Amino acid sequence: MIDEETVRYVSNLAKIELKDDEVENYKNEFGKILEFFDQLDEIDPDVEPTYHVIPLKNVFRKDVPGKSLDRDEALKNARHREEGYFKGPRVVE
Amino acid sequence: MITVGEWKERLENEKAYDLVSELIDRIRKSKLNAYITVTEDQALKLAEDFDNGKKEGKLAGIPIAVKDNISTEGVRTTCASKMLENYIPPFDAHVVEKLKKEGAIIIGKTNMDEFGMGTTTENSHFGVVRNPHDTGRVAGGSSGGSAAAIAGKETVLALGTDTGGSIRCPASFTGVYGLKPTYGLVSRYGLVAYANSLEQIGPMAGSIDDLGLLLEVIAGRDDRDSTNAGRGFTYSPVSKKFRVGIIEEMQANAEVKEHFNSFVETLRKFADVETVSLPSLKYALPAYYIIAMSEASSNLARYDGVRYGFSLENLDSWSRYFSKVRAEGFGTEVKRRIMMGSYALSAGYYGKYYLKALKVRTLVIEDFRRAFEKFDVLISPTMPSTAFRIGEIADPVTMYMADVNTTPINLAGLPALSMPIGESNGLPVGLQVIGNYFEENTVLGFAKAVERNEV
Repeated sequence: MIDEETVRYVSNLAKIELKDDEVENYKNEFGKILEFFDQLDEIDPDVEPTYHVIPLKNVFRKDVPGKSLDRDEALKNARHREEGYFKGPRVVE
Repeated sequence: MITVGEWKERLENEKAYDLVSELIDRIRKSKLNAYITVTEDQALKLAEDFDNGKKEGKLAGIPIAVKDNISTEGVRTTCASKMLENYIPPFDAHVVEKLKKEGAIIIGKTNMDEFGMGTTTENSHFGVVRNPHDTGRVAGGSSGGSAAAIAGKETVLALGTDTGGSIRCPASFTGVYGLKPTYGLVSRYGLVAYANSLEQIGPMAGSIDDLGLLLEVIAGRDDRDSTNAGRGFTYSPVSKKFRVGIIEEMQANAEVKEHFNSFVETLRKFADVETVSLPSLKYALPAYYIIAMSEASSNLARYDGVRYGFSLENLDSWSRYFSKVRAEGFGTEVKRRIMMGSYALSAGYYGKYYLKALKVRTLVIEDFRRAFEKFDVLISPTMPSTAFRIGEIADPVTMYMADVNTTPINLAGLPALSMPIGESNGLPVGLQVIGNYFEENTVLGFAKAVERNEV
């Protein structure tokens, strides 16, 4: 079963702040979802995992400058801007 | 439903401008809530261009609705989320470039489950989409808006996206046609990512031929998408005596089963039909959800409230700001999936969940490979039931179970469509037709054969 501490640990990993009542709800739901996932405990397939169903290969373009977004376009959806840059939150407290 | 043929017939005697105006008027008055944004000015301008002989192409003068997780330059693309409520992409998705090149008239962006996460389009920041057959019921999800728009005659064509059944489920619930193409056939460039290894953009329409036409337009090589197979598609439906496998493990309630079985009886008159067992499908549904949630937790990490999307007035420390933005910007189902995905990928659980799910995917692919050695197409009911009442299913796991017949196809990356095969108590029942890799013309050809025999 999932306890409150685990829900808070996961919400911290996912960077989603939860209110106390949300923690309680998710605790019950996570338990049920993990029970659903645990059906896979019935088998232990001795096969290679498939990450992608079609073979992928890197696509390279010629090393020549192409069209890219100009600064105004790149910044237009951002709320916090300063001197032509995105302004983000402090990383070091 | 309005087919492309019917629309073209009307275009011979009437102005595209008037027809598009009529369509927009119907959308404005509609109670279905199929659209998040109606691009009225742009659509009328394009209709005028068509009337003036300035637009040519395979879709010239044809209205199309685009699901709101596909980027449209200058037109907001919300993914039905508060997180992207005001986001205006500075570029078009590959498929939108192609639509424009072929003269299509984009009339709006359709409602959906937030970021494609859902089976009913109840998880939308912009409200639930209603089923045209019974407005007290859901239209299915996550491409519920696109399906309802076709069924409600609010567009001719539509684009949807399908990660675990999101085109086929609403097609089934609303009685329209929807095709999930082979993984890699259609470029994902400009599709707002939810689960990279599973999702595909696909056509939704009022007839088989219209699905084929739209797929022909959107398929093709795109070097900007590393998951693109680099292949094109020409619509040429296969005609033959089909060898058909009914997948034993696929599920349905009594009502749908009865309808499906009577369809099979008629089918036997013109096709070789046998049942086939794919034992790995027992584990496909949990494996699908583990992979989808894991990929979602990684993909949705980009919503940090800095470069675009929902943001807060005051910048705090990075960790607190990031956590608060996401707490407020995402809805309940999205948070649930991101957190479960983070858990499945976390230290100690990767092997138990994620890696195991990827191995189940190998088993599923092997089972399908064996089945296609014997059969041209495999069939099942698309959904185990007809459309739910709005609010009928509250428990997430019960909701996930509804995807049992559609998710295995995404795990394997195969093409599959849903087409209507009549109604049960006034609600449409969908048939799922699955083909081998890049065998879209076999799938579409079989679907046409079904139609011709009026099954």
